[in-house]
Amino acid sequence: MDNDTTPMIDEQPATNGDSRKTAIEITEMHKWFGEFHVLKNINLLVERGERIVICGPSGSGKSTLIRCINRLEEHQRGEIIVDGITLTNNLKNISEIRSEVGMVFQHFNLFPHLTVLENCTLAPIWVRKLPKEEAEASAMKYLERVRIPEQALKYPGQLSGGQQQRVAIARSLCMNPKIMLFDEPTSALDPEMIKEVLDVMIQLAQSGMTMLVVTHEMGFAKTVANRVIFMDEGEIIEQNEPSEFFDNPQNDRTKLFLSQILSH
Amino acid sequence: MAELNKQDYEPGTHVDLAPPVSQVGITGWMRKNLFSTPTNVVLTILTIYFLYKVIPPVLNWAFIDAVFSDLDHRNECREIAGGACWAVVRARLEQFIYGFYPEHLRWRVNLTFVLMFVALLPLLYDNVPKRKYLLWFSLIYPFFAFFMLWGGLGLEDVESAKMGGFMLTVLIGMTGIVVSLPLGIALSLGRHSSAPIIKVLSVWYIEFFRGVPLITLLFVASTLLNYFMPPGTHFDLLLRVIIMVILFAAAYIAEVIRGGLAAIPKGQFEAADALGLSYAKSMRLIILPQALKISIPGIVNTFIGLYKDTTLVVIVGLLDPLGISRATLADSSWQGLSTELYIFIALGFFISCFAMSRYSLYLERKLDTGHRVK
Repeated sequence: MDNDTTPMIDEQPATNGDSRKTAIEITEMHKWFGEFHVLKNINLLVERGERIVICGPSGSGKSTLIRCINRLEEHQRGEIIVDGITLTNNLKNISEIRSEVGMVFQHFNLFPHLTVLENCTLAPIWVRKLPKEEAEASAMKYLERVRIPEQALKYPGQLSGGQQQRVAIARSLCMNPKIMLFDEPTSALDPEMIKEVLDVMIQLAQSGMTMLVVTHEMGFAKTVANRVIFMDEGEIIEQNEPSEFFDNPQNDRTKLFLSQILSH
Repeated sequence: MAELNKQDYEPGTHVDLAPPVSQVGITGWMRKNLFSTPTNVVLTILTIYFLYKVIPPVLNWAFIDAVFSDLDHRNECREIAGGACWAVVRARLEQFIYGFYPEHLRWRVNLTFVLMFVALLPLLYDNVPKRKYLLWFSLIYPFFAFFMLWGGLGLEDVESAKMGGFMLTVLIGMTGIVVSLPLGIALSLGRHSSAPIIKVLSVWYIEFFRGVPLITLLFVASTLLNYFMPPGTHFDLLLRVIIMVILFAAAYIAEVIRGGLAAIPKGQFEAADALGLSYAKSMRLIILPQALKISIPGIVNTFIGLYKDTTLVVIVGLLDPLGISRATLADSSWQGLSTELYIFIALGFFISCFAMSRYSLYLERKLDTGHRVK
């Protein structure tokens, strides 16, 4: 794999004519799964171009938090404002937000009955109403950015896990999102494939994309994050810039967590 | 010992040898498939003995000693030979195909039948040339077929009571298949829906029609429905039967597709949502193509069942092939030839059902995109 570091995105999402500085604003947000209080009083302000890594033990609510941002999960109390749009039950608002927010899943969730190229052009054609040729040209551009253009006509089932995840990233980028959410993007990958996905994500970060990444890849956090958030039992326990977060954790739970994941 | 560790040629230079004769060709195949274990040897010998005992007499009866000529009475058959008397099929062939459809109008049935394949072609195969235009034809074909078969607008009217034989089978079967599929899809989506009213209605519908025998529904169609109609209204019996068959099959199709929907990972729904696709688009573009593909064997199974169940309409007095065979056997000239007639009918059904089953295999193979993704 060649390792050129050309910026991934020409049109920087942060400066595409939108002067709004805040990307996401979450105030006093709560969420329950039935009786279970999964997210407690979440307050989070994400600025444009910010790269945030969210970590924490399993079951701490980190995935649920980012899934609330594009309404894959519904919150019950508090307010979430994404790109100036308040998330309510209004279907029009929800679909507007979803087309501005890209998401990459742990299990890739590519559409197995469509080719790689069709996976990438589907939403631009059917949601953005782009003409097919234009959508394909833009999809090929992003497939090149994730270094996988030669696989465009294959089906997802014929690719390795790392390749599939890169296609999933390209698929999200094809919608020209302003914000990208990553839900444990490397957790389902074989060790030798993690790097190829992280490289793509690092390039994306360098291009100025607003990113919220749930991950345990602390190397990634140290390299690109502006801020690391530690969650436990549905609460944001601690947040800080990476160097402070890793070298000088304040909370005992953070210290315990870091000692557990960094000790081996 | 030291000899064994030596190799008298350079690694990588060994020539490719031909496999032992016992592994390939006919010998290899027989060894592997017929005589691999003592049990298999016994089974093979028993099977050969069974076929030896059964096939020659069947061939004798059905072909060598059989009568194919055009005769008027079974006794004439018996005078010639002791095998099957296919003359009965020959004598009643037109009834078996058209029922009592007026002879001078049968070209309308033939034309409708031939054009049915033209209408089906673009639906069954997506690489048909000029598919776009053909699809338009498929869309208007049902109206055309209705007009052709029943008449009207200047064409001579034909009552549905005159329709019978395989024409009736194809008419009920094909209409049932074509209409129950979309209805079944809608019902399965309804059952999968998060809106309680739609869900409850779909569940009730499915449970009702699945819980009641088709014969009961046909009786309802033929007798009870009249009580609910305003007096004097005439609602064609055949049409009522077709509607019942559709409603019945749709419930089964819905359940088969529900199985397919349940097999789609939650991540597929989420990925479609996350990309901003609306419910309708995510169903149409992402979920249903995958769910239907998984459901193909079940769907075709249901269709084959439906097609064969059309023989039940004989109970409400429609003359499908079984009805025609009853009428034939009641005729004193052809009494006692039920074997010949039933074999003929079975063959007619087998051809259609085998074709459906082959098409389903073709479709499964075509839609196979390599490996399934979690």
